[in-house]
Amino acid sequence: MSETAASPSPPSSASPPPSAATPVPSHADLFLAFFKITLSGFGGTLPWTRRMFVEQKRWLTAEEFNDVYALCQFLPGPNIVNLTSVFGSRMRGATGAMAAWAGFLLLPFGLMVAAGVFYQHFGDAAAVRHVLGGVAPAAAGLIVATAAKMATPMFRSFGPAPFVLLATAFAIGLMRWPLVWVMLVMAPTSVALAWWMRR
Amino acid sequence: MKADGDILVTLAVQFAIMSLLALGGANAVVPEIHRQAVELRGWMNEREFTDMFAISQAAPGPNVMLVTLIGYHVAGFAGALVTTLAMCGPTAVLAHFLGRVWDRFKLAPWRVTVQAGLVPISVGLVGASAIVLTRAADRNWAAAVITAATAATAYWTRLSPLWLIGLAGLAGLAGLV
Repeated sequence: MSETAASPSPPSSASPPPSAATPVPSHADLFLAFFKITLSGFGGTLPWTRRMFVEQKRWLTAEEFNDVYALCQFLPGPNIVNLTSVFGSRMRGATGAMAAWAGFLLLPFGLMVAAGVFYQHFGDAAAVRHVLGGVAPAAAGLIVATAAKMATPMFRSFGPAPFVLLATAFAIGLMRWPLVWVMLVMAPTSVALAWWMRR
Repeated sequence: MKADGDILVTLAVQFAIMSLLALGGANAVVPEIHRQAVELRGWMNEREFTDMFAISQAAPGPNVMLVTLIGYHVAGFAGALVTTLAMCGPTAVLAHFLGRVWDRFKLAPWRVTVQAGLVPISVGLVGASAIVLTRAADRNWAAAVITAATAATAYWTRLSPLWLIGLAGLAGLAGLV
C-alpha cells in the first residue's frame, strides 16, 4: 500500500476520504457494513470490524483504524459503539454516524429483547436453570481472565498504576461505593499522579 | 414490573450517567449496574443478575447489550429501549464531536497524561466486575470450580470463549453444578 508510507492524515475536519482509490461509503453502506459485523460478531466484534474496514472494503488504512480505535479507547462508554459513531461521522457527518450506530445496534437489540422475552417465560424451567447454572460461573470466569490479562502489564511497570488499580477494585468491588463518587476522587488523583510521574 | 414513567426516567438517568463513567467499556460498569439493580432498587435478585450477565456474554453482539436485558426485565420493551439508548447514545454523540477535533489534541502531552491516568482505573473497574460477578455466581463449590477453570483456560490459552461457555452449559445440563 503506497498511502501507508505517506505523511500523516491531514488535520482537515471536512471528513477526507480514507484513500484515493476507495469511494466514500454511502449511508446505506455504513448501515449494512455494521449490520453484517454484528451478524458475524460471535465472541467479540472488534476483529471483524477491523477485517471488514481495513482488509475487505479498504475504507481505512491500518494506521487510520488504529487512530480511530485510540480515540474510542480515550472516550468513555462502549468502545465499539463509539467506533461506529466516529467512523460514520468521518465518512458522512452526523447522519453517517447515526446510520453506522443504528446498523450496529439494531440486530443485537432485537436479539436481546427476544432473549428477555424467553427468559421471562422460561427462566424458571428446569433445563434453562441447569444450563445457566453452568454458564453464569463461566461468564464470571471470563471476566476474571479479562481483568487478569489487563492487569498483568500494569504490575510489571514502576509507578502508581498498580495502586490506583487496586484502590479502584477495592472501592467498587468490595466496598460497593457508588461509581460517581469513586470516579470523582480517583480520576483527578490518578491523572495528577501520572502528571507528576512524567516530570 | 409495570413500565410506569418514573421507572423509565430512573433507568434513563442512571444508565446515561453510567455510560459517561464507563471508562473501559461495558465491563467497567457491571458493579454499578449490580449495585443499582440488586442492592439499591431491588429490581432483581442476585441469581437473575448473573443469569442476564451470562446470557449477554453468550449471545453475539457487544457486551454492552447486558443493559438491554436489564431494561427489559425492569420495564418491558420500553425499558429495553430506554436503557440501550441511555447507555449507547450520549457517548456516541460525544464521539462524533470529539472525532472532529481528535487530530488537534491526540498528540498533546495533556491528552497522553490523562489517558495514562485513566487506564489503571478502567482496569481496576474490570477487576471490580470480576469480584462482584464471582461472588454473585459462585453459590457452591462446583460453580467456583467452573469459574476458576474458565478463568485459567481463558488466561493461558487462546481457546474461543464460546467453547468455554458451551462446555459450562453442558456441565450444567448434566447436573454437575
